[in-house]
Amino acid sequence: MRSVLPVLSVVAMILGLWYAACLPMNIKGVLTEAERAGATVTPEGGKARRDMSEFALLVANGFAIPATWAQERPRLPAPHQVAIELWDTTVMKKITSKRSLVYHGWVTLSATLLGFVIGTGLGILLAIGIVHSRVMDMSVMPWAIVSQTIPIIALAPMIIVVLYSIGVQGIVPKAVISAYLSFFPVVVGMVKGLRSPDAMQLDLLRTYNASNGQGFWKLRLPASMPYLFASLKIGVAASLVGAIVGELPTGAVSGLGARLLAGSYYGQTVQIWSALFAAAILAAVLVGVLGLIETRVLKRMGMT
Amino acid sequence: MSETTVVEAKNLDLTFPTNDGPVQALKDVNLSIEKGEFVSFIGPSGCGKTTFLRVMAALETPTGGTITVNGVSPEEARKSRAYGYVFQAAGLYPWRTIAGNIKLPLEIMGFSRSERDRRVKDVLQLVDLEGFGGKYPWQLSGGMQQRASIARALGFDADILLMDEPFGALDEIVRDHLNEQLLALWDRTGKTIGFVTHSIPEAVYLSTKIVVMSPRPGRITDVIDSPLPRKRPLEIRDTPEFIEIAHRVREGLRAGHGDD
Ligand SMILES: Nc1ncnc2c1ncn2[C@@H]1O[C@H](COP(=O)(O)OP(=O)(O)OP(=O)(O)O)[C@@H](O)[C@H]1O
Ligand SMILES: [Mg+2]
Repeated sequence: MRSVLPVLSVVAMILGLWYAACLPMNIKGVLTEAERAGATVTPEGGKARRDMSEFALLVANGFAIPATWAQERPRLPAPHQVAIELWDTTVMKKITSKRSLVYHGWVTLSATLLGFVIGTGLGILLAIGIVHSRVMDMSVMPWAIVSQTIPIIALAPMIIVVLYSIGVQGIVPKAVISAYLSFFPVVVGMVKGLRSPDAMQLDLLRTYNASNGQGFWKLRLPASMPYLFASLKIGVAASLVGAIVGELPTGAVSGLGARLLAGSYYGQTVQIWSALFAAAILAAVLVGVLGLIETRVLKRMGMT
Repeated sequence: MSETTVVEAKNLDLTFPTNDGPVQALKDVNLSIEKGEFVSFIGPSGCGKTTFLRVMAALETPTGGTITVNGVSPEEARKSRAYGYVFQAAGLYPWRTIAGNIKLPLEIMGFSRSERDRRVKDVLQLVDLEGFGGKYPWQLSGGMQQRASIARALGFDADILLMDEPFGALDEIVRDHLNEQLLALWDRTGKTIGFVTHSIPEAVYLSTKIVVMSPRPGRITDVIDSPLPRKRPLEIRDTPEFIEIAHRVREGLRAGHGDD
């Protein structure tokens, strides 16, 4: 409980900075709108104001300050505008509505989860292969690393086009991109985890004449759990990014990525920001859920 | 080699290739261990005690000479579950209960479920840990954990117990207690025990045979057959016989040191 105060002050500070940033960001637009509506602004005429600094304009037009937090299409929406938009598009909208963020969030979440499951499964299998076979260690790991150096923005359209040409569309291409981003942290973490038992533990199994399979199930796999969970948390966040990126190049009509794209087409900054926040909240929830599972599992395993 | 010889090492050499050139860990080691003996290996750090134990356990392959365990190669002896090995650290799995840890080798060796339960009960009693089967390792003291790891090595009826400084990390009082228990266990089960230690009193108190080793290269400098009786109360450590053997061990260690 003692940490509540510091946390709240940090949040208050961020909000304060945000509101302050809205002033210079939005003042020119506000003045243009005000002039069009018949108000007197100094100096008059868009041309005269164009090269002036935002701060000079703010000083000269103090009356316009509240309006910088209330524009319909601000350059930078104020926190409460984003909050209201979030509220309106989640709680106040029917889930089936095309404007409901819950609906769009679910579209993205389903692709995220599918991709995460595929990516995690693939990552674990690759890690098992790498740990048990020197050949795989030498051949797979470099490619896994190379795969992550290609910008996903460049790769995503190709994946979607290729899959579309063989008749695969909808959730699957998004999940593939999602899996592509999430398998890597799982591979790295699981390889480390499966190799975490020390020489003594491995020698002990040798004295029992245990097979590789027995060593895997009884020692390596349980020992890797803390590493697995650490990777899963990174992986699930990467999955979400992948699903959103996967929605961008298709001109998809639903999903958080589609909301971002539509928002930027029509200058709906409030919509963009609320979609961003929805994505952030979703990521936080996913990571939080994994964290809870981690705590319970590791506690039961006596590994905390 | 007689019927009852358990370990027979002849002209055993072992050289580790390292980055700084080869390290000779064992040189010309000759030793035979009879069934039911309690053999301690004592010597300064780096004299090859652990290495020799590991050779017996087929965890290390000698580069020269021959060694047999129960009349066959160490590798085959391991396959026939000839020995249980106790490391310096208990090395219990934190995610298994004490009973679960003792079951580990039994599961690997394919004992039936009921047989596993029965054996766990037996060995827990043997190491004086009845009632602790359901506890997790972190709930036990260091000494109890080490006893649990001994129980784990006892569960599958190996005739030979190889122990590498099992009580090295424990305080003197706990150590005395565990030594007493170990002797009782040895007496009851008739196992052959190979025991590495740094402590002269511990070696003399426990052993029927004390192997004194010296380093660079690791070799045996003296083998002392103890005249002490099998039944040994702790007070035996104050008798003249005990002190005399301890003296001889100390002389052996000193002689080994004088060489370099
Ligand atoms: N895997 C290895 N690779 C290279 N050298 C090794 C290896 N294991 C042991 N040695 C070397 O062999 C020698 C004997 O080591 P060993 O562990 O058997 O000694 P020890 O008598 O058990 O010592 P301590 O009392 O410190 O445990 C040492 O010089 C050591 O450095
Ligand atoms: Mg050693």
